[in-house]
Amino acid sequence: MPSISRDEVAHLARLARLAVTEAELDLFAGQLDQIVQAVAQVGQVADQDIPPTSHAVPLTNVFRRDLVRPGLTQQQALAAAPAAEDGRFRVPRILGEEA
Amino acid sequence: MTEIIRLTAAEIAAKVQAREVSAVEVAQAHLDRIGAVDQAVHAFLHVDTERALQAAKAVDEDVAAGRPAASPLAGVPLALKDVLTMQGAPTTCGSKTLEGWQPPYDATVTTRLLAAGVVILGKTNMDEFAMGSSTENSAFGPTRNPWDLDRIPGGSGGGSSAALAAFEAPLAIGTDTGGSIRQPGSVTGTVGVKPTYGTVSRYGLVAFSSSLDQAGPCARTVLDAALLHEVIAGHDPLDSTSIDTPVPPVVAAAREGANGDLSGVRVGVVTQFAGDGYQPGVSAAFDAAVAQLRDLGAEIVEVSCPSFDLALPAYYLIAPSEASSNLARFDAMRYGLRIGDDGTHSAEEVMSLTRAAGFGAEVKRRIILGTYALSAGYYDAYYGSAQKVRTLIMRDFEAAFAKVDVLVSPTTPTTAFKIGERADDPMAMYKADLCTIPSNLAGNAALSVPCGLSEDDGLPVGLQIMSPALQDHRGYRVAAAYEAARDAAQGGPLIHRVPELEVAH
Repeated sequence: MPSISRDEVAHLARLARLAVTEAELDLFAGQLDQIVQAVAQVGQVADQDIPPTSHAVPLTNVFRRDLVRPGLTQQQALAAAPAAEDGRFRVPRILGEEA
Repeated sequence: MTEIIRLTAAEIAAKVQAREVSAVEVAQAHLDRIGAVDQAVHAFLHVDTERALQAAKAVDEDVAAGRPAASPLAGVPLALKDVLTMQGAPTTCGSKTLEGWQPPYDATVTTRLLAAGVVILGKTNMDEFAMGSSTENSAFGPTRNPWDLDRIPGGSGGGSSAALAAFEAPLAIGTDTGGSIRQPGSVTGTVGVKPTYGTVSRYGLVAFSSSLDQAGPCARTVLDAALLHEVIAGHDPLDSTSIDTPVPPVVAAAREGANGDLSGVRVGVVTQFAGDGYQPGVSAAFDAAVAQLRDLGAEIVEVSCPSFDLALPAYYLIAPSEASSNLARFDAMRYGLRIGDDGTHSAEEVMSLTRAAGFGAEVKRRIILGTYALSAGYYDAYYGSAQKVRTLIMRDFEAAFAKVDVLVSPTTPTTAFKIGERADDPMAMYKADLCTIPSNLAGNAALSVPCGLSEDDGLPVGLQIMSPALQDHRGYRVAAAYEAARDAAQGGPLIHRVPELEVAH
């Protein structure tokens, strides 16, 4: 049966940009292991030649006419920003110290 | 006169047009009810008193001036699930991440409601980002079931279902990704409809699982749900998955069904959704409902849909996978919560700290699960297989609908469980959506209509009726016929048997 380790959960949380506590890791590792074992049942069809469905409605490209229409104003776009400066989003540094 | 808050939406609209009652009086009666009972029920996260009264006043002015009603629901109050944006009020999705967030645009559903003269009372509580089956995952505390305040009102749309059952609103909007409209409807004795995927716009609906999410109507009667369905449905160029086709004639079907004749209608009972794990009182109420359909003239046959057994596992791969991608937008940069921006932490660290503080446990579990399922090396085994299961489920529906007009099952295997009972057991919680998930994966229409009280605990049971894609009206016809027969047999609407709530003064 498949299983998911505590280290794997820690790695996945890092990939998903989630800071998790040690206590959360303990809890989630057990719960996710149980969930993964249950969902792994879908593996019974893995070898069968069945086309995958990604979407209930068969999608083709959807186009609209290329018309100018109003978007958000700068003020509206920045209204909910955690921090703004000089009419722009202010973000924390994006490069490490050594860069 | 009957107490205003106990009227149906259709009755309210008619009385407003006939000037028997003003829309302002109707809105005020519901706002007063919210003031009296919502401390106990906690259906609402935000009550929009002033604008609701303004919208009602505008309807009254139309009536006074002799202008035609904006829609058959003009002047009727509604509770809007807090996952749909509405300018001028917060949209939180039940999450700390979006606490106090004021959206800069209206969802198309909101726009249509406002244009129809519907009076939006406020925003309803929900499981965080619609992930859950009990509304216990709201960051702002659980909603309680008006049938028993120690029990859950279903989820994720428990605020909407509880608002209906507590007579705080005659109409509500929900969203259904795996059952979040139908299962809350089932456990609160109310009607909940998931329309065909693509027929109600997702523009302004904060995304959980984009290929499954669908907004729909919630009400206390089948006709009210149909009237609301026709207000919110229709093609929207702002949603690229919106289907450009006429809205199915659901109101006409509800009226036709109310005549009580189902001769010639073929009803298939899904054999997979019975047996172990189903509460005896739920099974008994379901069997009685099927017998009632037979008495109304329907032909009943058993239908096997073997791949439905794999629907739950497939869903818990597809939905978390899409969620892990959709929720990446909550990165603490442009809107929402930001934690740790003290000059020492990098943007990535701020992102991780913010997401850790802003998301609850269930959202974190699903993001991690989705990230796992989409990882290199696991993708084919998990996500790829789940997509194959999705094909098999669509084929089962196709084969079934070649033989029958609609399929039926219990909406959920049990009645409302106690708050806290499944909180520490995610798999037990997930099983509440066992019967509703196939219609999300296949995209077809499905609804839940109350089918009596369970004999083992006296709590409401739901009958699920599934119809082919774009044939939503079939389910409405059968549900309305069943509802009329149920009310006649039981001496009045089931919802009027909900216990009186203690009223705060």
